[in-house]
Amino acid sequence: MNSLILAQRELRSLFLSPLAWSLLAVVQFLYAYLFMGRLEGFLQIQARLSLMEKAPDVTELVIIPVFSNIATILLLIIPLLTMRLLSEERRNRSLSLLFSAPLSMTEIILGKYLGLLGFILCLLLLLLLTPLSLLGSGSLDFGLLFSAWLALLLLAAAFAAAGLFMSSLTQYPTLAAIASFGLLLLLWLFNMAANSIADDGTISVLAYLSLLTHYESLIRGVINSSDLLYYLLFITGFLVLSIRRLEAERLQV
Amino acid sequence: MSEYLLQAEQLSRRFNHHTVVDDISFHVQRGQVMGFLGPNGAGKSTTMNMLSGNLAPSQGQITIAGFDLLDSPREAKAALGYLAENPPLYRELTVFEYLQFCARINQIPKAGVRAAMEMAMERCGLQEVSRRLIGNLSKGYQQRVGIAQAIIHLPQVVILDEPTVGLDPIQIREIRSLIRELGKEHAVILSTHILPEVQATCDQVQIINQGKMVFHDSIQGLEHRLQHNSLLVAFHHPPELADLQGLAGVERCDVLGNGQFRIHYKETSSPAEQLVARSVAQNWRLYELRPEQASLEDVFMELTHQEVTEPAA
Repeated sequence: MNSLILAQRELRSLFLSPLAWSLLAVVQFLYAYLFMGRLEGFLQIQARLSLMEKAPDVTELVIIPVFSNIATILLLIIPLLTMRLLSEERRNRSLSLLFSAPLSMTEIILGKYLGLLGFILCLLLLLLLTPLSLLGSGSLDFGLLFSAWLALLLLAAAFAAAGLFMSSLTQYPTLAAIASFGLLLLLWLFNMAANSIADDGTISVLAYLSLLTHYESLIRGVINSSDLLYYLLFITGFLVLSIRRLEAERLQV
Repeated sequence: MSEYLLQAEQLSRRFNHHTVVDDISFHVQRGQVMGFLGPNGAGKSTTMNMLSGNLAPSQGQITIAGFDLLDSPREAKAALGYLAENPPLYRELTVFEYLQFCARINQIPKAGVRAAMEMAMERCGLQEVSRRLIGNLSKGYQQRVGIAQAIIHLPQVVILDEPTVGLDPIQIREIRSLIRELGKEHAVILSTHILPEVQATCDQVQIINQGKMVFHDSIQGLEHRLQHNSLLVAFHHPPELADLQGLAGVERCDVLGNGQFRIHYKETSSPAEQLVARSVAQNWRLYELRPEQASLEDVFMELTHQEVTEPAA
């Protein structure tokens, strides 16, 4: 309940800043551009596809690849959204307002996180509109679409949790952005390193840790409980670390 | 439940083995304004941060309205309003939105939010600016928004850390009268390094230096300490020094030149009346007679430099 009040304030402040609006605009623009390109390609091979038995449909050939591209864009923009969450409050010294109010550290962190999640939800719901516009001239594979969208949501939520933690470490928003970008990219690249090492086909620890591995099966339409669990653990882990960090601030020596 | 709204027992805070606050104890009752004085870097803000739950003490215990700040922080903090040295404001919000948020996080039920906001805005004179962005307000108004935030939930204990810094004289007067008014129903702790502010607003005074409490008394006690038992006099036709020393009650007399003298007298036996009579009778042409008072600054310097430790009154 208290977290929701904080989340509401956070979301409001986000939308009062030009940052949120420009990020929404830039993502929409890139998305539209990528989508058009893919759709164009699809239309060119559509005649040949219709001759095939069990041919891949528009969801598989257009929406999924574009969503994959969006994942990379999210990697770039989420650190920009998370960087201010705590570092700016620390810098403006407005944290004392929250610390001396009857709120627990958990509520403060959850409030911040939920507020950001609200924004991410807005961003991703907008992305859903373009595929739905194709409904006028064909049908979509809703199961696959949902799974891919869920993949994006979980991925963005995981990025946000890591970014929030980085923001709790410093009072410089840019530093928080760079650090979370570095961390996310590293977790992303684990997959590459793992792929080049593992020749025997077994999945290595590095690959398992990679954010990308779990994302890839989801975006192909396979909803695996272990993947969902991975994201949940990832998010909880970073939220707990952020709470610990705030508590440590009171105890600093 | 104790009669004290705020109790701090043997509070200490160390940073890296450097003791910033050392074994401070005090308590504040309802209806009291306590002034917390000290030079910059004395540990005032550290103490305020501990009292408001922003910093955990290394040692000691803080009880607010009967609730221990560490054991039941939620109840204790609900009875606490805090204005930090830098007012914790969200510059992108309007005064109205900000206070609404503050009311909500301080657990005011939804139905009472509006009334609480009206009360806080009226008391701090914010009605005209309620629709403006906090970032666009002047420093004085921002400070008032900070105070409004601290009193919006009518907390039993209000802690204000240097609330008049950066304000103009008129605003300072308004804020001081607001503090006095708050002191009627709440327990107020006011941290400052401006001495007249303490004289103007507080009932109790504490002076802290290098983390230690060096003075703790009522404002009357402080004022008593200011009495110097001396008169400054000036004549156009100065008399002989022996004449002045001959007055009843006079202990010693210093010549200051230009017809000026400083007369030290025994306590409670001021020779002023006698002096005026003699001056008229013998045509000394007295033109200045001034009881001397140590300024608060003098007392402050004396206390903070000699590190005299006063037993708590």
